[in-house]
Amino acid sequence: MKYQSQKVALYYIYGALTLFAAQILLGVVAGTVYVFPNLLSEVLPFNIIRMIHTNALIVWLLMGYFGAAYYLLPEECETEIYSPKLAIIQFWLFMFAAGAAVVGYIFGIHEGREFLEQPLWIKVLIVIVALMFLFNATMTLLKGRKTAISNVLMVALWFVALLFLFAFYNPSNLAVDKMYWWYVVHLWVEGVWELIMASILAFLMIKMTGIDREVIEKWLYVMVSLSLFSGILGTGHHYLWIGTPGYWQWIGNVFSTLEVVPFFSMVVFCFYMVWKGGRDHPNKAALLWSLGCAVMAFFGAGVWGFMHTLSSVNYYTHGTQITAAHGHLAFYGAYVMLNLAIFTYALPYLRGREPYNQQLNMWGFWITTSAMAFMTFTLTFAGVVQTHLQRVLGMSYMEVQDQIALFYWMRLGSGVVVLIGVTMIIWSLVVVPRSAARVTTGVRQPAE
Amino acid sequence: MSERLTKSAARNIFYGGTIFFLVIFFGLTLHSHNYMLNESTNMDELTPSVVAGKHIWERHSCVNCHTILGEGAYFAPELGNVWVRYGGKEDPEGARDMLKAWMAAQPSGIEGRRQMPQFNLTDQELDELVDFLKWTSEIDTQNWPPNEAG
Repeated sequence: MKYQSQKVALYYIYGALTLFAAQILLGVVAGTVYVFPNLLSEVLPFNIIRMIHTNALIVWLLMGYFGAAYYLLPEECETEIYSPKLAIIQFWLFMFAAGAAVVGYIFGIHEGREFLEQPLWIKVLIVIVALMFLFNATMTLLKGRKTAISNVLMVALWFVALLFLFAFYNPSNLAVDKMYWWYVVHLWVEGVWELIMASILAFLMIKMTGIDREVIEKWLYVMVSLSLFSGILGTGHHYLWIGTPGYWQWIGNVFSTLEVVPFFSMVVFCFYMVWKGGRDHPNKAALLWSLGCAVMAFFGAGVWGFMHTLSSVNYYTHGTQITAAHGHLAFYGAYVMLNLAIFTYALPYLRGREPYNQQLNMWGFWITTSAMAFMTFTLTFAGVVQTHLQRVLGMSYMEVQDQIALFYWMRLGSGVVVLIGVTMIIWSLVVVPRSAARVTTGVRQPAE
Repeated sequence: MSERLTKSAARNIFYGGTIFFLVIFFGLTLHSHNYMLNESTNMDELTPSVVAGKHIWERHSCVNCHTILGEGAYFAPELGNVWVRYGGKEDPEGARDMLKAWMAAQPSGIEGRRQMPQFNLTDQELDELVDFLKWTSEIDTQNWPPNEAG
């Protein structure tokens, strides 16, 4: 750690990991309700469980991005963060908003639109948090060195905030409502979040492979160009059956097929850089997460996305368990693994230690990633059966659900394994270094 | 990567191309916006009751169990065409009564069956919600879903 103010990233990393734990716990509960439908049905209905599961995910990912930005901006800009104090206030405000939202949801206080359930005052608070961040980070960028990585990251985070403003627009016409709802949802995860992903991966590659910045930053511009040139019009694959004109089918087919390309380019980029760099970086776990992120994002977002994106296929699969399968692996591969990569890389520096406890972290990687892959397979099989029985043969929804009950059991099983894997990851990042630090105060121990 | 592509050229392609695609995207959504208001949805029938029904739909976050036009959670049936599935086209009064009776009877409490909560809606609220579902079923969705099962 070269700059003192990078320390504020620690708040965000710990906050993110806390919400990550909540997200996974609620996910296991939701998976349990699928096989024991009467569980909690009076106390905590499924819609509330799911709301907490998805919201906790989105908020912890955002919190991770803020933390990543506060960690990498000083190194990229070669200057301290404009106001570390403001960054800490921003963190607590964000954490408060997240906590208040969750408590409110439990008591049935929400605005009810999918993923945008936050009550109005919490949405306003989120905008204030975003403005505090953008001010602080932009001031840091302006007073320091401007690199492609920091520029792309900041452009992306500005757009994250701007696009969120569409969350305040709720037209009474459901079709119009849905069209602008995707401005937030699609243009985040299949648009500007990919810029965040590419720039953080580029930062990690510079640090861990030692490849020349000029080369990496040229790649970065190519990757983010591919992301937005395909992703912006790729929104068309959501404008198929919601009352939008028919021409979106063609636009969606062409551009969302191309959405696979940027993810593939990130795989090539990461492996090529690691191979060419040939440097033996001590933080093996961070390298594993970076490579794993590119690969799993390619499969989850790229391959599983393409699988049901063509309008002739989507006509039958839209809104079945196929969508759930894709959603789970895409979020895990692209954004969960990205955050865990930068956390794993940054924490040893932030804690002032050599890379520690790589084994536990890497076991966590393999267990969680395998379980997420298995979960995706079970949901995909469930979705294929559901599509055939319900959309082709016309069997009623609840009858079909009984037919695919076995897959929900297997999904719950993989969910429990994910919980175990995530516990190992969080343990290796948070708990182990704490006790290790106490031991090493006296005698210096060799790094693992 | 080719030596001919410089970093500043790549940067200019990124910013220029992004603006280009955003302009096309905004243009098309503007056109789609008008298409929805004039062609695919029935603005004349978007009554205060339908709007009230949409807010009831949101207040109870129905979308976190059900899908509507295929979007939402996948825990409970599609409701974009529930009006059609309940025979609302042939017998509007019958479909309305059946939908209201269904919601009044929840939760079923049957062991091993997914439970829908009791939202304690008034008779007027139930009517508004049904109006919203009826209005939604009349959106021109390019013939989606493929059949009545939703």
